[in-house]
Amino acid sequence: MRWAGKDILGIQELSIAEIQLILDTTGSFKEVSTREIKKVPTLRGKTVINLFFEPSTRTRTSFEIAAKRLSADTINISTSSSSVVKGETLIDTAKNLEAMKPDCIVIRHPASGAPHLLARLMDVPVINAGDGAHEHPTQALLDLFTVREKVGRLAGLKVAIVGDILHSRVARSNIHGFTKMGAEVHLAGPPTMKPAAVERLGVHWHRSLAEVIPEADVIMMLRIQLERQEGGFFPTLREYSRLFGLNVDILKPAKPGVLIMHPGPINRGVEISPEVADGPFSVILDQVTNGVAVRMALLYLLVGGEKEADRSSL
Amino acid sequence: MRLKGKETVMDGEEIERALVRITHEMLERNKGVKDLVLIGIRTGGVYLAERIRTKIEQIEKFKVPFGIIDITLYRDDFAMGLPQPLVGKTEIPFSLRDKKVILVDDVLYTGRTVRAAMDALIDFGRPKFIQLAVLIDRGHRELPIQADYVGKKVITAPQDDVMVSFHEVGNPDRVVIQEKIT
Repeated sequence: MRWAGKDILGIQELSIAEIQLILDTTGSFKEVSTREIKKVPTLRGKTVINLFFEPSTRTRTSFEIAAKRLSADTINISTSSSSVVKGETLIDTAKNLEAMKPDCIVIRHPASGAPHLLARLMDVPVINAGDGAHEHPTQALLDLFTVREKVGRLAGLKVAIVGDILHSRVARSNIHGFTKMGAEVHLAGPPTMKPAAVERLGVHWHRSLAEVIPEADVIMMLRIQLERQEGGFFPTLREYSRLFGLNVDILKPAKPGVLIMHPGPINRGVEISPEVADGPFSVILDQVTNGVAVRMALLYLLVGGEKEADRSSL
Repeated sequence: MRLKGKETVMDGEEIERALVRITHEMLERNKGVKDLVLIGIRTGGVYLAERIRTKIEQIEKFKVPFGIIDITLYRDDFAMGLPQPLVGKTEIPFSLRDKKVILVDDVLYTGRTVRAAMDALIDFGRPKFIQLAVLIDRGHRELPIQADYVGKKVITAPQDDVMVSFHEVGNPDRVVIQEKIT
């Protein structure tokens, strides 16, 4: 199949075939980062704007490296350095940026749906790099790729996602992604962090971490957003860590080849212990490496040509 | 689009003979297998490079390193709103620094694929030199590129299709020219 979409706004909108194409394309791009010269001329002359209205190191850097490895020019705009601080609306920002003729906009925004608004307003491809508590599609794609790469398949796997499900765009995108690809998703976390009627998404809810450990092929720990503690979602970090923190002891009944994942940044000693985060089952740094390859694949698919290849002309 | 005037220009036996000759030419010209590396251009070039590698092994009792290159990311028409090709994997698990690289493809036409492949190869290290082996040279070059080893030169019109089929994918070994009528 060939890529036909204009934007990447969420995993919910992607078909199984589209996800498959992205993952297959990612496999090809991963090799580029292992070369002596980690750069290909594919997007030479193209401009990618990273528009970040929320702090981010990992995702923004990953997008920037991905674009640069494809030889695109990148411009980084963050809230503090943009006209947003002068009162400009997102719509005006978008129209002004489009007038400068970029080839792709990558946006992170605290408001759910902001990338969708931008995509409707602009002719250039828009990639959602995280919008509020809604979706983080590129994180889910790199997670899917990492699991497929390590296990060899996605269908039939049992994936546990643990922690603050309610506020997590990573969890939401991964629920859509893994269930679409035929995996069984199990969620665990404090009841105060359980989204209402989450079972409608085809997932299973558990009240304790210990319940999900023995059966899981993949355990994905979510970052506890420390500011949430003030919101009264759980009494203390210590209690959260005792009930939902992943450590060597609680992992004892886990399957031998279980994969431990975390989207980062990690609160060591809170949601995951250092021994587990750096342990033999952890694929946390593989996730980061694969993030660059996934984003290269997406930029290639979105910014590249549109029709069927005709190699005979070469 | 209709096709007419189908003509077989090489059958399995002729392809085999050409590859035997090319293999001996390579060994003679490079004085053996020292530092020799074969790189097949995806897809047809890969099958041919593998066959040449087997022949070299039969003659020299040595398996020369072998790699696969996908030129998609180096195409010079990518930014022109042209087709978006699927990206295949490049598999060169060794450095090409100071190696005698023989690039293998099935058909040499405009020369743009070979240019893209050479650009890609140089990103894997600076080879001592690059030579080019092709099964068919059909002419119509758009770049100053010439093959060092040629199975057969054929005269074609620009609108012709040159199709090479391989037994590796379940088809008889054959080179066919078809005249395209649009």
